[in-house]
Order: sequence, then C-alpha cells, then structure tokens
Amino acid sequence: MNRINKAELNTIKEKVEAQLNGKTRVLVGYATCGIAAGAKPILEAFKKYAETNNLDISIEQTGCVGLCQYEPLVEIVTDGDCKKSVLYGNMDAEKVLEVAESHLKNGTVVEKYVVKTIFFDKQERIALRNCGGIDPEKIDDYIAVDGYQALAKVLSSGNPDEVIQTVMDSGLRGRGGGGFSTGMKWKLARTIVPDADQKYVCCNADEGDPGAFMDRSILEGDPHALIEAMAIAGYAIGATQGYIYLRAEYPLAVKRLEIAIGQAKERGLLGKNIFDSGFDFDLEIRLGAGAFVCGEETALMVSIEGNRGEPNPRPPFPAEKGLFGKPTILNNVETYANIPRIILKGSDWFSSLGTEKSKGTKVFALGGKINNTGLVEIPMGMTLREVIYDIGGGIPNGKKFKAAQTGGPSGGCIADDNIDIQIDYDNLISIGSMMGSGGLIVMDEDNCMVDMAKFFLEFTVEESCGKCTPCRIGTKRLLEMLEKITSGNGTMEDLNEIEELSEYIKNNSLCGLGQTAPNPVLSMMSNFRDEYISHVRDKKCPSKVCTDLVQYKIIAEKCVGCTICKRICPVDAISGEVKTPHVIDQDKCVKCGVCVDSCKKFKAIIKE
Amino acid sequence: MAMKTCAIPFEGTAEQKESLLKVIDKYREIPGALMPILQGAQEVYGYLPIEVQSIIAEEMKVPLEKLYGIVTFYSQFSLTPKGKYKISICLGTACYVKGAGEISKKFQQKLGIESGGVTPDGKFSVEDCRCIGACGLAPVIMINDDVYGRLEGTDKEVEDILAKYQEVSE
Repeated sequence: MNRINKAELNTIKEKVEAQLNGKTRVLVGYATCGIAAGAKPILEAFKKYAETNNLDISIEQTGCVGLCQYEPLVEIVTDGDCKKSVLYGNMDAEKVLEVAESHLKNGTVVEKYVVKTIFFDKQERIALRNCGGIDPEKIDDYIAVDGYQALAKVLSSGNPDEVIQTVMDSGLRGRGGGGFSTGMKWKLARTIVPDADQKYVCCNADEGDPGAFMDRSILEGDPHALIEAMAIAGYAIGATQGYIYLRAEYPLAVKRLEIAIGQAKERGLLGKNIFDSGFDFDLEIRLGAGAFVCGEETALMVSIEGNRGEPNPRPPFPAEKGLFGKPTILNNVETYANIPRIILKGSDWFSSLGTEKSKGTKVFALGGKINNTGLVEIPMGMTLREVIYDIGGGIPNGKKFKAAQTGGPSGGCIADDNIDIQIDYDNLISIGSMMGSGGLIVMDEDNCMVDMAKFFLEFTVEESCGKCTPCRIGTKRLLEMLEKITSGNGTMEDLNEIEELSEYIKNNSLCGLGQTAPNPVLSMMSNFRDEYISHVRDKKCPSKVCTDLVQYKIIAEKCVGCTICKRICPVDAISGEVKTPHVIDQDKCVKCGVCVDSCKKFKAIIKE
Repeated sequence: MAMKTCAIPFEGTAEQKESLLKVIDKYREIPGALMPILQGAQEVYGYLPIEVQSIIAEEMKVPLEKLYGIVTFYSQFSLTPKGKYKISICLGTACYVKGAGEISKKFQQKLGIESGGVTPDGKFSVEDCRCIGACGLAPVIMINDDVYGRLEGTDKEVEDILAKYQEVSE
C-alpha cells in the first residue's frame, strides 16, 4: 500500500462512494456489547445468505450505534439511500433468515423486528459521528467520510497558531473531568517552554469511571478519528510523538486501534513527512493495568514511564513538565474525537451548539434503571428530564425516578427536584455534581442512597494509591462510618462527623481522586438527608437494601403451610406444622432471601 | 511489611523462560519498558510470582523491590495463579445498581470460594472487577474473554453458565 497525498484522499472517497452507490448495505453492530449480545452468528448468517443467494450487497461490521438495549442491532440501508434505512433490534440467527428473505430479497421490511424509538431524534452526533456508520477496521471507510481531511488542511495551512486559535474559539472543554479549555491547554504546551527539544501528545483512554463507556465506543467504532486528532494536536503544539494510554480491560479497542495505527503508518498518515509537509508524528499504545488513579494526568504519565502510578503535586503542570519531563498535553478520547470536525467545519459552527460556557455536545452513557440504556450524544444545555424520559424512555417497571448519578465516584447525584436542570459543566457543579467523563446512572426507589454512597467509597478506598494520608486513611474512616450506619449502629453525631471529615479530605488530598472522593456521600446526604436519618434514628432502610436493617416476615393470613420455605431455609430458621402458618426465627435468620423466592406462589413472605 | 509471596510452588518451564526473555528483548530499549514487559510476562506465566519478577529485575537491572512495588500497585498484576477459567464479575456502577453484588455472591457460593480465590482443581477463579464498559448489558460478567450480559442472577443461570465450561474440559 502506498503513501497517500492530499489529492488522493478525494480519489479514495470517490472510489468508496462509487462502490457503495445504489448498493444495499447491511451494517451489523460489532462492538464489545454487540458481540456479547450475539452479533457474531448474525454477521455470519447474513454473509452466508448473501453468498448462497448470490446477492450483490455490502455486509459490514461497524462500531456501536449506542442503543445497547436492543443489541444485537442490524441496520439495512436499501439501494445505498440513507433515507431508506431500517434498524432491526434484538436480532438472532433465525430472525436474520426471515429479514433476509423478506427485506433483502423482496424489499419488504419486517416490521415486527424494527426498532421504533425516538432515541436518536434529539441527539446531535459529533464525537460519535462515525460510530455505527463505518467499518472501523477499514481506513478507506474513514477517508470516505472526510477522514484525514482535517489533518491535510492544517498541514497545508502551515500555521500551528491558527489551529490553536480555532480550538480556543470553538470553546471546546475537556470531556474527561474538570472541563479545562482544550485550546488553552494546547497554547500553554506550545508556548510555555519555547526551546523544548521534545514534546508529547498523550491521550487518556484509561476510561476508569465505572459506568462510562463512550471512549471504548469511539475506540472500537472510529479509531482513526483519534489518530487524526492526535496528529493535529502534535502539529499544533510542536510534538512528534504521541502516546495513547489505554485500558487493558478493553481488548477489542486495543485490537482495533492497533489495526488503525498500522494502516495509518502504511499510508504515510503517521510517520515521517506526513502529506509531504515536513511534519513527523508517531503514535504508540501503552496499556494500563487496572489502576483508577492513572486517570489523573500526572499519575498517567508516571505510569507510561514504567512506575507505580502515583500522582505528583502540580505545579509544575504537564504543559511545562510532563511525560519524561517534557512539555505534554493530555486529553481524553472524546475530546480528541471532536477535533477533526472543529477543524473542518470551523469554530463558529461548534460554538453555535451548547450553552454560553459549555459549547458543543457531550456523550453520556445512560445506564442503571432506565429503559433505553446506551450511549447518547446531546447538545449541552438539554435538560436531564429530556435525557431520561425522552431519549432514555423513562424508568422500567413503573418505578419512580429517585436520582441520577453523574461524574462517577467523583461526582454527585441529581435528585428529582433538579431534574429540569440544563446539563452543562457549570450547572452540574452548582448542584454538587459534575460532568466527569459522562457516566449517567439512573437510580429508582429500590436503590438505597446510603448503600450507593458506600459503594462509591468502597471504590475510592480500593483505588486510593496511598501516597497521601487524607485520601488513604480519610476515605477508609469515612467508609467505616457509613458501614456503621448501614449496620444499624449509626448515631446523629456520625452524620456531622461525615461532613466534617469529608471537607477535610477534599481540602487536603494531593490529587483529584481524593479531592473529589467525598462528593458522592456529601451530595447524597444533602439530597436524601431523611433517608440517612431513618437509617440512624429509626434503624430502617426505606429502600430495603441494607441487610442488617431489614427483616423477613411471614404473613400468617397468606401462609398456607406448604413447608417449602421451611425445607429450603439454609439455617433452619423457619418453623411450623403442615397447613398451619409458619414463622421465621429472627435470631437465626441470615437474611439470604431464599424463602421469598420460594414463596412466589402465595407471596406470604415479605421483606420490611 | 511482609512480602506477599505465593504458597503454590513455582513451576516455570524452560520454554516459558525463553518466551519471557524474548519479551524483555522486544521492549528493553523503549522508554518506560517495565509495564509492557510485566504485561508480557503475565501473559506467558499467567501470573507474576517472585521468581519471574527476579528474572525481569536482573535482566533490566532494576532493584527487585522497585518491580515488586509496581506489581503490587496495579490490580491486573497477580502474584497468585488464576483459574483456567477466570470469572470476572463487573462491579461497575451500572452493574451494581442492577444487582451485580448478588451475582458475585452466587458464583462464590456455587464454587465454594471467596472473591479472589481459585477452586482447588485450578479450574475456576472468581474476582470482582472494575467496569468493563458493557454497561448497556448490565449486569455483566466475563469468563476469560467471553462476555455474558443481562444476567438475572438465578441459581439456574449461574449453574448453566458454569456447566458450559465443565463440558469443555471434561
């Protein structure tokens, strides 16, 4: 394969378009979640069908379109006309035969398998623009959707300052955590050490925030977008080497990115003298090894250097002294994914989307107790209500919305009274939460907010690197206080102490992990104080989650004395004669809940 | 602090050592070589006992205690062998909200081991893991590289999943 120049980008684009022109395309969602849901036999079944029936169609694997609830997903675009696109959900190999026979052969859509949803209607896809639309393992597919045009444009302009100005003017802020201006970050790295002999461009692809998976989706669905953006960043700040720090928990993302980097090198889009401009840029993947703290920028860099991933105090900031002691920029995958579009369509276009201080879009991973789980990209400023009820389709099983957690273990919860808040960086902070990397976990009335706070603290205790005392010991003490409360031994003073200690940890920890670790507890306590008080004062868990505070009881009127529960109880805590109501000995009961499941017929055993 | 070592005797083969030396040679010269070398070593041996760490320390001319510090820092590096089938229960937020904690307990009960343990025949190990990013299918578990999603956590479901791996090897 030969190196390509700028003009050839258009030739390749035309060639791919000509190949697909008028052709029916079958796009099978083939990211980790699609494969887990069974996409492999589906892809094979379509291929086999096309072969045996001699159909001249294009069957392609793509990344994830984001509607996880209906995986495995198949999109059929008839005659290459995107207006004639149909999305089939919950597919399996048998349904494939039916769809192929009816839709591909006779042109009749199989309505009963079509996903009808407004999930996509309110979305605005920039970072996810190609996820689900192209084959991530084919560089030509990316070039056909104007891939590498932005890189060609900046290299032929010959003006790195202009690139930085465009990114600054666009108003793009970091999509991974604090929301720092991306253009400002680049400008500092370009100017702060004028005579630096080497600089680095890094990508944080160590998506550690539990409940967020947009970066995985981009890596699996559109890896070339990241490569292109990092090369642009390299040109802008004056770096010739980039590193992508990628989670080892994402094997498919690693594989696709490796393939993409290989292709880019082959075509001369990475390496020496890119587009004959004299600009050199190379990329390397470094795998993480499962440490959440390595999402913190200084920790990430020392981990790439081959050390324990412990953070360092700032300043000096990485723009001055980063990886291997050289000026470095670090952005996450979603931030980079916006860059090529900003370069091609201009900063005005990007900044016309969003709110005053938060421009563009944000990807959220909708999860938890919500009907349409998946990845959604929305313009900044959309209300949480629209995200949950319009795009997300509301709460399953007729349950009541209780809270949404954003920002993962660093963020906070948004309760019912704030559901009409417009989502942007500053609004979320004003109500004690934060944007974070974009996990949005919905909780319903069955989730206990003391238990959830405990869950997040267990996470931070486990992931605290131990370097500084407030975080290492403080979070542990905080967790112990919460455990005291969920075991029914809490006092009202504990609540005050939790707040006091939280403030201390926030103010005195070395890095972002510790500084934000108490946020979930504080936010849940301020939004759901009553719930904490009932744990402490009434020794009750209103959501019936905290095992030590619930009891199992048999309702005598409903019990027919069938003895099933008595026989199934692992600790012989249930007694009673045949055909007479049974009772549970509370001293013996270990609260395993097996009896409740065994009494589905009569529903005589309750948890309270 | 006492050094964590593995009670199971080390049984590295000459072939494994040869593969390890190849890994070391591949990365020796790159900046920040230790992480990829340790990852490669764990792929060769399945875990990183002190014997393996010693070889790397000697080859790379770094103190063993530095290496040990790195190995014990990252959760993916293991000082003890894992089961032939490594069951990882995702305890990310989305999974937890949907009852992953209970599923973890079910697997531990069925296999008679605690989280982080290995069955006596070395076939299964169970561990709670960090979010694997398949939140849309929550709750999910991973057995080696296979992902199982939308679990309900019933006894039968857990038994059925385990049964698949019993048949493979027997």
